[in-house]
Amino acid sequence: MPLFEKILIANRGEIVCRVIRTAKRLGIATVAVYSDADAGALHVEMADEAVRIGPPPAAQSYLSIEAILAAIRQTGADAVHPGYGFLSEREAFVEALERAGVAFIGPTAKAIAAMGDKIESKKLAKAAGVSTVPGYLGVIADAAEAVKIARDIGYPVMIKASAGGGGKGMRIAHNDAETKEGFARATSEARSSFGDDRVFIEKFIEQPRHIEIQVLADAHGTALYLGERECSIQRRHQKVVEEAPSPFLDSATRRAMGEQAVALARAVGYRSAGTVEFIVDPKRNFYFLEMNTRLQVEHPVTEMVTGFDLVEQMIRVAAGERLGLAQADVRLLGWAIETRLYAEDPLRGFLPSIGRLVKFRPPAESGSVRIDTGVTEGSEISRFYDPMIAKLVTYGPDRRQAVRRMADALDRFYVRGINHNIAFLRAVMDVPRFERGEIDTGFIDDVYPEGFGGVVLPPERLRLGAAIAAAIAARTDRLASGAVIDAVATLGEHRLAVAGRVSPGGVDVRVDRQEWRLESAWRPGEVLFEGSANGAPVAAQVDVLAEGVRLTLDGAVSSIVLRRARIADLAGYMPVKVPPDLSKFLLSPMPGLVVSIAVKDGQTVEAGEALAVIDAMKMENVLTAERRATIKAVKAKAGDSLAVDQVILEFE
Amino acid sequence: MRDIIRQLEEKRAAARLGGGQKRIDAQHAKGKLTARERVEVLLDADSFEEFDMFVEHRETEFGMADQKVPGDGVVTGYGKVDGRLVFVFSQDFTVFGGSLSETHAEKICKIMDQAMKVGAPVIGLNDSGGARIQEGVASLGGYADVFQKTILASGVVPQISVIMGPCAGGAVYAPAMTDFIFMVKDTSYMFVTGPDVVKTVTHEVVTHEQLGGAITHTTMSSVADLAFENDIDTLMQVRRLLGFLPLSNREKPPQRPTEDAIERIEPSLDTLVPSDPTKPYDIKELIHKVADEGDFFEIQPDFAKNIVVGFARIGGRPVGIVANQPMVLAGCLDIDSSRKGARFVRFCDCFGIPIVTFVDVPGFLPGTAQEYGGIIKHGAKLLFAFGECTVPKVTVITRKAYGGAYDVMSSKHLRGDINYAWPTAEIAVMGPKGAVEIIFRNELGDPARIAARTEEYRTRFANPFIAGHRGFLDDVILPRNTRLRIARALEMLANKQLENPWKKHDNIPL
Repeated sequence: MPLFEKILIANRGEIVCRVIRTAKRLGIATVAVYSDADAGALHVEMADEAVRIGPPPAAQSYLSIEAILAAIRQTGADAVHPGYGFLSEREAFVEALERAGVAFIGPTAKAIAAMGDKIESKKLAKAAGVSTVPGYLGVIADAAEAVKIARDIGYPVMIKASAGGGGKGMRIAHNDAETKEGFARATSEARSSFGDDRVFIEKFIEQPRHIEIQVLADAHGTALYLGERECSIQRRHQKVVEEAPSPFLDSATRRAMGEQAVALARAVGYRSAGTVEFIVDPKRNFYFLEMNTRLQVEHPVTEMVTGFDLVEQMIRVAAGERLGLAQADVRLLGWAIETRLYAEDPLRGFLPSIGRLVKFRPPAESGSVRIDTGVTEGSEISRFYDPMIAKLVTYGPDRRQAVRRMADALDRFYVRGINHNIAFLRAVMDVPRFERGEIDTGFIDDVYPEGFGGVVLPPERLRLGAAIAAAIAARTDRLASGAVIDAVATLGEHRLAVAGRVSPGGVDVRVDRQEWRLESAWRPGEVLFEGSANGAPVAAQVDVLAEGVRLTLDGAVSSIVLRRARIADLAGYMPVKVPPDLSKFLLSPMPGLVVSIAVKDGQTVEAGEALAVIDAMKMENVLTAERRATIKAVKAKAGDSLAVDQVILEFE
Repeated sequence: MRDIIRQLEEKRAAARLGGGQKRIDAQHAKGKLTARERVEVLLDADSFEEFDMFVEHRETEFGMADQKVPGDGVVTGYGKVDGRLVFVFSQDFTVFGGSLSETHAEKICKIMDQAMKVGAPVIGLNDSGGARIQEGVASLGGYADVFQKTILASGVVPQISVIMGPCAGGAVYAPAMTDFIFMVKDTSYMFVTGPDVVKTVTHEVVTHEQLGGAITHTTMSSVADLAFENDIDTLMQVRRLLGFLPLSNREKPPQRPTEDAIERIEPSLDTLVPSDPTKPYDIKELIHKVADEGDFFEIQPDFAKNIVVGFARIGGRPVGIVANQPMVLAGCLDIDSSRKGARFVRFCDCFGIPIVTFVDVPGFLPGTAQEYGGIIKHGAKLLFAFGECTVPKVTVITRKAYGGAYDVMSSKHLRGDINYAWPTAEIAVMGPKGAVEIIFRNELGDPARIAARTEEYRTRFANPFIAGHRGFLDDVILPRNTRLRIARALEMLANKQLENPWKKHDNIPL
C-alpha cells in the first residue's frame, strides 16, 4: 500500500523542491502552492500540480490556512508537508487538517502547542529532567520590573520574545540601562513580528555554542536521537554555517544531550522529526533552549552523516509506519558542513539585497556536494520572503576535508545581479579559529569586530591572481601558443611584473620571481576559470571589465589590469582621485522604512547614540552615531521609505 | 655623414623634448601625459612612424621668429592598434600651449590626406589652448582647412576625437564633426566661449568644469560620447572601440572568431520580461546575454538612457545594437533618445555595420516640452535613419511596440530584413487601456464594461500574432534562443545588397 497518494507542500522555495525530490522517489504525487510573487518559481515548476493561493504578502498566501485548505480540496491531496517556517508550527493548522481528514507530516497539534511557547516549553523541559537556563519565566509587566528581574538573575541577561524565533525580538543587556532599552525594543519587535509582545528574561550564557539534537520518533513509542548539529556561526542570531557532528562534543556529552532530547520528545508524545536546541558553555554544560517541532533548515548535514532521508522518515511516520530502528542503528559517519547563501551584502553589515538573479551558476553536485535551492538563473529575490538563495552542503570523511570541499564549492558558486554572502562564507572557511573548531555564537563579531571588510589575499595568491589574469588576457586577445607575455599587472596598489609565454593549454609566467604554470580550458565568456596552477587545482570567478578583469579568488575580489611596462610606468602620473567625503551624512545602508528619527536639528549626540530606526526585511535596525557629532539637518521623517544611500541626516 | 647623423640625433632629441622639461613636468603634475606619451599608450608598442618632426612655424610678428620648436606643437604620424593601421595627431600642450598655427594645421591635414588615400581611421588627441593668436588669420585658415578635411573624411574613415585638455572656440568644431568624442574627466573641457566671456555677456557665473567638463558633455549636452577617469583609461578605450570598426568604408567590419557558441541557450531570458506589463527590466541583460562573450561597448551610456546604443559581436561579426531601455522613462522615445539613436544608426550605416534592434517602446513621450522642442523633427531623424540605412537589420520585439514608435524602431516596413518577436510582444496601435478609451468612448461611464473591453482588447491584440498574420514579423521566437536566431539571420544577410536611389545626398530633418 502506498504511503500517500498525493502530498501538498504548504511552503515555498528550496524546502518544497527538497520535499518533492523525496516524494518523487517514493512515487508520491506532489502539489505546490504559490503566491503571485512565485508564479514562475522553481518549486512550482517541479511539482506535479500547482495552485495559486493568493497575493505576495505571506499573511494572504503561505500563512493563510483557508487558502491551503482550498488548495487541498481542489487537488485531493491526502497529506501535507509544512516545510519550515510559515504554518509548520501552527497548531491551528494541524487541527484544521485533522478536521479535513488530511494527514499532517509532522508532530501532533498537542506537541506543537506544548513546545510553541518559549516559557511553557521551558517549564515542560524542566519537568522532564532536561537541563535549563536560570531565568524568570513569568510575564514581565514593564521596564522597571525587567530591571529588577535582571538584577536578581545577575548580568548579563537575555531578553527574548515568548513567541519569538530567528533572532527577532531578542536583546542582550549588561546593565540596567540596556535592560530598559532592550525591553522596549524586544517588546516592539515581538509585537510587530509575532503579534504577541510578551517577553521573558534569562541568564545570558557567555561564549555559548549553539548545538542541537535531531530527534526522530514514530507513533508507536520509538524515539531516537540522530546526533547533533553545531550551528554556532550566527549573525544577528541567524545561523549561517552549520555542521554535523559538532567539533566540540565528546561522546558522553552527546549521549547525555541525546537522551535528554529523547526524554523531552517522549514527554510531549512527539512523533516525526524534531530538533531540541541547546546552548553549551565552554565547560560543556548544556542548557535547553527550545524545541523546533518541524524539519530544520540545516537538516541536510544530519542526512549526510547518518544516511537517513529525514523527509522520507517524516512521511513514513505520518503514514503510521514504524521506524523499525533502535538507537544502536544510528551511526555518525564522516563530517558535513552547510553554508547558507543569502541575498545580502556582507560588506555593509549583511543588509538584505533584492532583485533578479542575473547569473546563478552553482557548482556541480556530487556525492560530497549537495545544493538545496528553490531558484534558478533569472529568478527574482523578492522583498516578501526570506532572502536565503541556497544551501550548500559538503561532505568529507573528516572535518578538514569537508571544510576544504566547502571552500572549493564556494569558489565555484557564481551569483550576480544581487549582493550575496559567498565571499564571506568563503572567508570563514579560512579563519584558523574555524578550522580548529573553536567557535561560539560570538564568532562573527569576534573575528570581524569592525564588520566584514572583504578578503585580503596574501602575496602568493596575489601573484597567482596576476598569472590567471595573464592567462585570461592571452585567450581574450587570441594570442597563439608561444607568444611572449611581458606586462605589469596592477591590482589596487600592487604592481607585479608578469613575464613568460603562452603555452598550449595556458601560460607559463614568472610573476615577481615566482614561476606559475597555469593550465585551463577557460574560454572567453565563461564565468569560471578552472584548471591547475603549478599542478594544484585552481578556480577563480571571472568578470570581464572594460579593461582588465575582476577576479574572485579565495573569496577576495580583485580588479586586475595588465599593461605594457611602459604604460604601467606612465600610469604613475595619473592622478589619484579621492571619492567625495560622505562622512558628513548618515546614509541609509539599505532600502527600508523610517520607523523613527531619534534626533533633532542642532542636537549633539555621543558616539553610539541612536540616530534613527530603519525597518528593513521586518528587522528594526538602529543606526547609531559613530562619533560625537552635531546634527545639522534631518532629511527624513518617520514613515518615509528610503533607497540605499539616501541621506537621512547631515552632520555639522 | 657622421656629422649629419649627429645633427639628426640632436634635432630629434630637441623635438622629443617639445616645450622643454619644465613644461613636461608641469603637464605631469596636472595628471596629464605629454603628446608623445599619449601616442605611445594609444598605439601598439614601437609601431609609431612620425611625420614632420622638424616642421617649424613661419611667423615673424611679435618676436615669434626667435621662438621655434621643432614639430610646432603637434605630433603626427601613423601606427598600429592591435596590428591595424591608424593615423594619429596629438597636440602638444608644452609647445605654445598646443596652439594651432598654420603649419600645425598643415601637419594634421597631411595625415588626414594620407588616411583618406589608404583608408584608415584618424584619431585626434586634442590638448590645445586654441588658435595661435600671433598668427592671426593664418591660424583661422588652418582651422578651416582641418574642418574641411574632417567633413570630407566623414563616412569614409572612422574619426575619433579624444579631448585631453582645453578645447575652446573654433577648436571644438573639428571634434564636433568626428564620429566619436571621448573626454578625460577633470582635465578636459570643451566650449565655444569660456567662463570669462560668459560672465561678461550673460552675467552667468560658471566654472570650466560646469560649462564644458566631461560630465557636462556626457550627461547633459551629449557633445561627448564617453568620459573616463584619466588619459590612460581613455586611450585604452579608444583601442577597444577601434576593434569593432572597419578601417574605412571600403572594407567589411573586422570579424573576430569566437569560441562562444552561437547555439548558446540562455534559459533565464524566458523570465526577463516581467509578467506585470508595468514593471521595468534591464534591457542590457539581454544585450550581454546575446553578445559574444558578453562584450558590449556602450556609446553615450550616461545620456538619454531610455535608449541604449553600442557595439557588440554576434558570431564574431560586429553589430550595432539599438535598444529601448524600459528602466528609464519606460523606454519611450523623446528628443534626446531619437537624436542619440539616429546618429548611431547612421554611423553603422556609413561603415557597413549590421544593426540589431531590441524593441520595447510604449510610444513617444508626450508634453509641451517635447512638442516645443521639436520632437516631430527629432523623432523623424531616427525614423529617417532606420529607413535610409541599407546594412543588414535584425529586429526583436521583446514587449511593447506601440503606435508610430513601432514603425520607427526598425520595423519590417522600414526595410527591416528579419523581424522577430518574443511571445510577450504586444504590437498594437497603443496600449489596451488607451485604445479602449477611444474606441468605446461612449461606454466610459461604465467602469465594469470598460474593464471587460480592455481585457478583451488585451487578449485579442496585445500579442505578436496579429502582426504575424500580416507578415510584419518573420517569426515568434523563444527568448532563450535569441542569440542563435540573430546569429543565423546575420549570417544569412552577410552579403546583403541594397541601394538607395541615386541622389546627391538626402535631406534628413536636421
